[in-house]
Amino acid sequence: MLELTRISSAYGAVEVLKEISFTLAAGEILGVMGRNGAGKTTILKTIMGLIPKRRGSLKIAAEEISHLPPHAVPARGIAYVPQGRRLFSELTVAENLRMGLLVNNAPQSDAEPVLDLFPILRERLAQAAGTLSGGEQQMLAVARALCTKPKVLLLDEPSEGLFPAVTHRILDTVAQLRQSGVAILLVEQQVKSALRICDRILLIENGVIQHEAKASELAANPVPLERYIGVHR
Amino acid sequence: MITGPALLLALMEGAVGAAVLALTALGLSLVFGVMRVINIAHGEFVMLGAIIVWWCSAELLGAHPALGFLLALVMAPVVVGLIAMAADWLVLRRINYDPERTIVATMGLLYVIQQSVLMTYGPDARPIEPPVYFRIQLPWFGYSGYKLIVIALALLLLGITWLILSKSRIGLYMRATRLDAETAQAFGVPVRRVYASVFALGAMLAAVSGVLIAPIQQAHYLMGADPLLLSFIVVIVGGLGNLRGTLLAAALIGIGEGMIAVLFSPTLAKMIATLLVALVLIARPGGLMRESAP
Repeated sequence: MLELTRISSAYGAVEVLKEISFTLAAGEILGVMGRNGAGKTTILKTIMGLIPKRRGSLKIAAEEISHLPPHAVPARGIAYVPQGRRLFSELTVAENLRMGLLVNNAPQSDAEPVLDLFPILRERLAQAAGTLSGGEQQMLAVARALCTKPKVLLLDEPSEGLFPAVTHRILDTVAQLRQSGVAILLVEQQVKSALRICDRILLIENGVIQHEAKASELAANPVPLERYIGVHR
Repeated sequence: MITGPALLLALMEGAVGAAVLALTALGLSLVFGVMRVINIAHGEFVMLGAIIVWWCSAELLGAHPALGFLLALVMAPVVVGLIAMAADWLVLRRINYDPERTIVATMGLLYVIQQSVLMTYGPDARPIEPPVYFRIQLPWFGYSGYKLIVIALALLLLGITWLILSKSRIGLYMRATRLDAETAQAFGVPVRRVYASVFALGAMLAAVSGVLIAPIQQAHYLMGADPLLLSFIVVIVGGLGNLRGTLLAAALIGIGEGMIAVLFSPTLAKMIATLLVALVLIARPGGLMRESAP
């Protein structure tokens, strides 16, 4: 579904991603883990076109999209849930969802299946997004992305600042999406959460993929986790 | 001693000033709010509106001031909007909308527009005939019907702008871009096109206010300075980029300035308005209204 081949990207003169390659299949959940500053968020932003690519190939469903401007990427089927939610805080919940729907010019009714996943949002439609609780804001961030009907969903640290129970609920809802063939790329600091729902994990350091393994293998043998993240599960 | 009729007259004059000022300041506030660009050339868009209405009334359709005025009401925003889009594409986009460099760039734009008008239109202040002549006769004095039309048209345009911002797709994109341009791009918003549209919309509002005010004042190539100063005062008092605050401040300052100018002197009005900015900056640095929507 998503294929990165020797992708490099840079903030100005500083190259932060160095020839990253990986594939993500339909219905698969791929975790990306690493220390702060390792380049996890940069991978997601590079895929979205928000950080310029220097070289390499980026394909979704076999279509090359590395040359596209950032605003043209979501319509190709990639949705992004940024770190810290980054909701349009002064817009209402309904308007935030509409931002997702407009990617494909979808009618308002297309938000209904998404609201079924997060029913609490239905009660908050007229409320400004910035007034929601942390958990509700994260639900809205995911719901806004799902309104774009993505083939690939990029999630950047959805557990940040949330109680474990809320994180569990959101990630379980996200994990259900694999049944409909959505591929998920999950950047996550919480080792337990990542190992629980991911199929595979990429461990990165200094913008380079250092290790790749199935989540079950890392659960059984956490040595690479200790080496590249510095924590035991 | 200030009498009741004098106060009413001053209030009506203030309301005309406030209506036109609200249009001009809304454009400036919109551009700053969405693009973070402080547009020093904004007053020149007002001046261009006034020059275009003179050209339509006196040159193109000399015998029919009303026809010329109506033509200018359509033509001025279109022409000035196109000039703004060209300035966005040729200048602002090239310097990546950098807040500091755009100040210098729009200052340059101010001189380019001003001197181009001086070379073509000339240095004279020229009167423009109002499109309609009628007076509303009150028991104490008669009042220009055209000025009441100015208030009505300005309110109508403010309402249309509000509807565009709060109900339309481009309005939603503008508000989302204002809040977080990067995330807006991740939801398919062509941010650079939104910037061009906002810069054009701001200029169009200024141009229309120039068309409306020209028959009351005169058309002159240096007439952009006053609306620019007052708009900045309004935008600072209302809260930078805060559209509701801008409208509230335009009403307060426009009516206050108009009343003081009629009852005392225009110079005193400017002094008090400038003093108000200083007081607001000391007491409420975020402006009168901190929250902003749309």
